[in-house]
Amino acid sequence: MADVTTNPAPRIIDGPRGRKPTRALSGRNIMIYGTLIVVALYYLLPLYVMVVTSLKGMPEIRMGNIFAPPVEITFQPWVKAWAEACTGLNCDGLSRGFWNSVQITVPSVFLSIAIASLNGYALANWRFKGANIFFTILIIGAFIPYQVMLYPIVILLREAGLYGSLTGLIIVHTIFGMPILTLLFRNYFSSVPEELFKAARVDGAGFWGIYFRIMLPMSLPIFVVAMILQVTGIWNDFLFGVVYTRPENYPMTVQLNNIVNSVQGVKEYNVNMAATLLTGLVPLIIYFISGKLFVRGIAAGAVKG
Amino acid sequence: MSTRPSRLFHNMNAKIASVPMVLTAMVVFLGGSIWTVVYSFTDSKLLPREKWVGLDQYERLWGTNRWLVSIENLAIYGVLSLIFSLVIGFVLAALMDQKIRFEDVFRTIFLYPFALSFIVTGLVWQWLLNPDFGVQNVIRGIGFESFTFDPLYDADLAIYGILFAGLWQGTGLVMCLMLAGLRGIDEDIWKAARVDGIPAWKTYLFIVIPMMRPVFITTLVIITAGIVKLYDLVVAQTGGGPGIATEVPAKYVYDMMFQAQNLGQGFAASTMMLVSVIIILIPWAYLEFGGKRRG
Repeated sequence: MADVTTNPAPRIIDGPRGRKPTRALSGRNIMIYGTLIVVALYYLLPLYVMVVTSLKGMPEIRMGNIFAPPVEITFQPWVKAWAEACTGLNCDGLSRGFWNSVQITVPSVFLSIAIASLNGYALANWRFKGANIFFTILIIGAFIPYQVMLYPIVILLREAGLYGSLTGLIIVHTIFGMPILTLLFRNYFSSVPEELFKAARVDGAGFWGIYFRIMLPMSLPIFVVAMILQVTGIWNDFLFGVVYTRPENYPMTVQLNNIVNSVQGVKEYNVNMAATLLTGLVPLIIYFISGKLFVRGIAAGAVKG
Repeated sequence: MSTRPSRLFHNMNAKIASVPMVLTAMVVFLGGSIWTVVYSFTDSKLLPREKWVGLDQYERLWGTNRWLVSIENLAIYGVLSLIFSLVIGFVLAALMDQKIRFEDVFRTIFLYPFALSFIVTGLVWQWLLNPDFGVQNVIRGIGFESFTFDPLYDADLAIYGILFAGLWQGTGLVMCLMLAGLRGIDEDIWKAARVDGIPAWKTYLFIVIPMMRPVFITTLVIITAGIVKLYDLVVAQTGGGPGIATEVPAKYVYDMMFQAQNLGQGFAASTMMLVSVIIILIPWAYLEFGGKRRG
């Protein structure tokens, strides 16, 4: 049982065991597949509604029903959401938020993974006195509500002259990604056979040599898992974006919320849904491409300790 | 060995590599939390200041209707989303574990909402539950003229509208964790139960679920940690409305700190959030680590 709690992912990936079912149509199978299909339709419904709404014109939306496929397909809402939708005084659409999010996500992902993998490596193979105390505090920190640390970080960033800038937000993402990523890398590096490590030591490789020549090339899958975890997590962040950046630097999620929930003007539901889809597109694409690695990522991300 | 200048420089590279971790743990996590708790005893307004007022902020907090509503909402949302996501997640996992075909397809569908942000989730469900165009309108359109389903505009029901969206987003994850747990159960146990003629539902209820206790506890902790952080979903879906019907503690903290310029209140409210998490975590840590020591 112990390994189930610490590392459930491979079990999922292994798939079911035993023979394939032989009879296709039995009462039991109809019940099982029936339930699963109904639930699956329920899960797909919001995605479907987003897509069809974003392809309709406003007159059609006012007349008809949200589940009906568009009579006349128009891409105008997508164009408008991307390039023209207004937030406050800016009317250059979500594209601004998209590029902000790219500028935030790319460096945050690299920085947080670089730092956390080195941390995990030091913790797994070069443990020094007191290291585990810091690590324990780090892991406990993952459970502290962010709200408790919001303002102290505002002060730290202000002192450093980074409050409101993209750099500040990148540092914040690096900090809050550290607990889970460090845990991920520490556990992975711990499982690398010690003989390998000792052999490299005998051959004269030091801390950095072993990291770059042995650990890094051996651990590419875990780096991919960490990347998936971080890209989706940082892209989907709202709280840090709204607290630590100025309006012109707002990430996509914050800008999306401002566009859709703005009180001025007539509500354009098709533009709203196109904007929502655009924001969800990046994590969705990562999800569908990465498949089982994503499952491994969230299992690692979810199962702390 | 004797050439080493001092113990401090022993294993120097590892220490250098750990500087960010040490800083994060000590300065941000530990230092930041202590700082917030300490300043919750001041009357800080726009900027933090050291004018100590004892427990005044807490008295004001617990005398504020909006905070009480927030706590009540979080309790309703928390209890129901725990129950529903565990039950639905487990049932789905049990169905998925019947050696079915297309398992990958089903899993992909159940899990994709988890890849989406709470903002996206909230906005989609805001649209689906829109009384003029959404589900209510569609069902009225097919003949049920008096059908009413507009949870987001009814103060008594709004929090359940948020629960709907939250469950849609998070149940897939619970299903995945449960499925992993089920796959960890020894197949021989199923065989033994079948030999003894125990019906499947009884095997699940009295044998499998008790065996999956560690998985349930881990899942419980994950869901709970997520519930306390509930913020983006509310902001996107209802903005706390109608009125204050869907306010939550995390939103109270943000609004006090960054909108109402009432830092002291924000610190006190966030300290209460910290206390609640500690109350949840201590029994879990005790069960998890105390149990290991015994076994």
